[in-house]
Amino acid sequence: MMNLLAESSPVPAIQGQMQGQIDIKNLHIRLGHGKNEFEAVQNVSVSIQPGEFVCLLGPSGCGKSTLLGALAGHLAPCSGSIQVDAQLVKGPHSDRGLVFQHHTLFPWRKVIDNVAFGLKMKGLPRAERHERARELLKLVGLAGFEQHYPSQLSGGMQQRVEIARVLINHPRVMLMDEPFGALDAQTRMMMQELLLDVWERIRTTILFITHDIDEALFLADRILVMSPRPGRIIEQIPVVFTRPRQSEIWTSDHFIHLKRRCLELLHLKNADFPLRRLTPLGTAPYP
Amino acid sequence: MSSITEAIAISSEKIRPHQLEVERLVRRISSIGICVLAWHLASTHHVDLGLVTFQNVPSPQEVLAAGWELLQSGKIVSHLTASMSRVFSGYLIAVVTGIALGLIIGRSRTSGDTLLPPLEMLRPIPAVAWIPLSILMFPSSELSMIFITFTGALFPILLNTIHGVEAIDPRLIASARSLGTGHGAIFTEVILPAAAPSIFTGLSIGMGTAWFCLVTAEMIAGQFGIGYYTWASYTVQNYAEIVVGMLLIGLLGMTSSLAIRKLGNAMMPWRVSGANK
Repeated sequence: MMNLLAESSPVPAIQGQMQGQIDIKNLHIRLGHGKNEFEAVQNVSVSIQPGEFVCLLGPSGCGKSTLLGALAGHLAPCSGSIQVDAQLVKGPHSDRGLVFQHHTLFPWRKVIDNVAFGLKMKGLPRAERHERARELLKLVGLAGFEQHYPSQLSGGMQQRVEIARVLINHPRVMLMDEPFGALDAQTRMMMQELLLDVWERIRTTILFITHDIDEALFLADRILVMSPRPGRIIEQIPVVFTRPRQSEIWTSDHFIHLKRRCLELLHLKNADFPLRRLTPLGTAPYP
Repeated sequence: MSSITEAIAISSEKIRPHQLEVERLVRRISSIGICVLAWHLASTHHVDLGLVTFQNVPSPQEVLAAGWELLQSGKIVSHLTASMSRVFSGYLIAVVTGIALGLIIGRSRTSGDTLLPPLEMLRPIPAVAWIPLSILMFPSSELSMIFITFTGALFPILLNTIHGVEAIDPRLIASARSLGTGHGAIFTEVILPAAAPSIFTGLSIGMGTAWFCLVTAEMIAGQFGIGYYTWASYTVQNYAEIVVGMLLIGLLGMTSSLAIRKLGNAMMPWRVSGANK
């Protein structure tokens, strides 16, 4: 599977040198217009290694999604720079895949054509893109659902299709905005394990937003904790549980210790009032 | 989980078909039957309700006789082909301009600001008011009539297209761009299909309004057309024939609107196979 995807990647990766290095320098982002303008992200500088799994943890409305949107190229920074593999981010690109909290599958396309969409945009012939879409659907456990429409799937299945659709482009970076936030607890745990499993096979840098501390600790190599608005990174917490991770770590002492630390950080800095939710596309609320 | 969704998909397919469909068809046809019966009773008994009176309204039998006469005369084919070619020509032009303008206006505020005000001003003008100008503006009366049916069909198509485009979830477009979709492909791959349900609503309404303007358009006609036939019957006060013309227009409008809806369903299979339709 991995061979197949690596071979067909547009830029063959040089042996031992993975892609997906993110460098953010002195990033400021302002949202809104006129009187309503405010600073959503304030002076963020951070580097993320190729293939690293980083979770961005912070209270609601703190600018996590804004940062993600800027990385995806949907929001322009006010000052500072974002580079991926030494290239300045100027707009959306298939190298930087984006997964929202609620799926954005095209309702008019069957599952297989949704997954194959990125390859269609690259001009690949139909037979080839369907073959690779089938491989990815198998990888996310949805073999047999090729001919369904998205509306016929459950929420968890829709997100799995969404992830497959992003991964078929073999992106340098996968940006995920609380992708499991709308799922029930059971499905969410299943999806977390599935994501780690898929990530072991198709290694890509992942920046994953969540406000669920358990989720961040279970998934990440490193957690970046953000302050309430204006969003700044107030702490970086390395998470060194061995991989592949089992659900037993949830109850380990170290897990509890890290969780307590995260709680302190979030509580300490929590705003007294709930802030309006921000999205990777700006201030507009999700429909 | 997979077997459950499949089971649901299969069972919902099994509940829908024949028996239910037949029941609905019977209900629909009897609804028309009841209306005709009421008309029959009101007209044969010369019912007078004060505000509205059926004393001089032709009865269904008289109308049927007039319809039979029209059928016998053989002129009906000429009337039908003349009217249908006018309506469909005007409609087709409205489809192309309405959808194209709607996509542009829906996508860009600047073009909306530039194009919408004159269109909004033209919209309330009734077809009948266009008659003199359309005679002046177009070289043949045929083109004038096509123009009038065009004005009837244009606005529902245009407004529904604009609405459909504006209602598109911006995340859908953002996702498409993050998957490598260029600016041109966004229109064909995302905006058009995403707005399609709303566009088809406009197409179906527009089909109806095109027929709606037919009598007006064919006031200009010299010889043929269902609208002309209706109007000409009025001028000689043949009321039964008027009703024949009215019913023919209603029937044709209904059928072609239905055809558009069926076409829409065929082109949007994802909507039909959705959970709740």
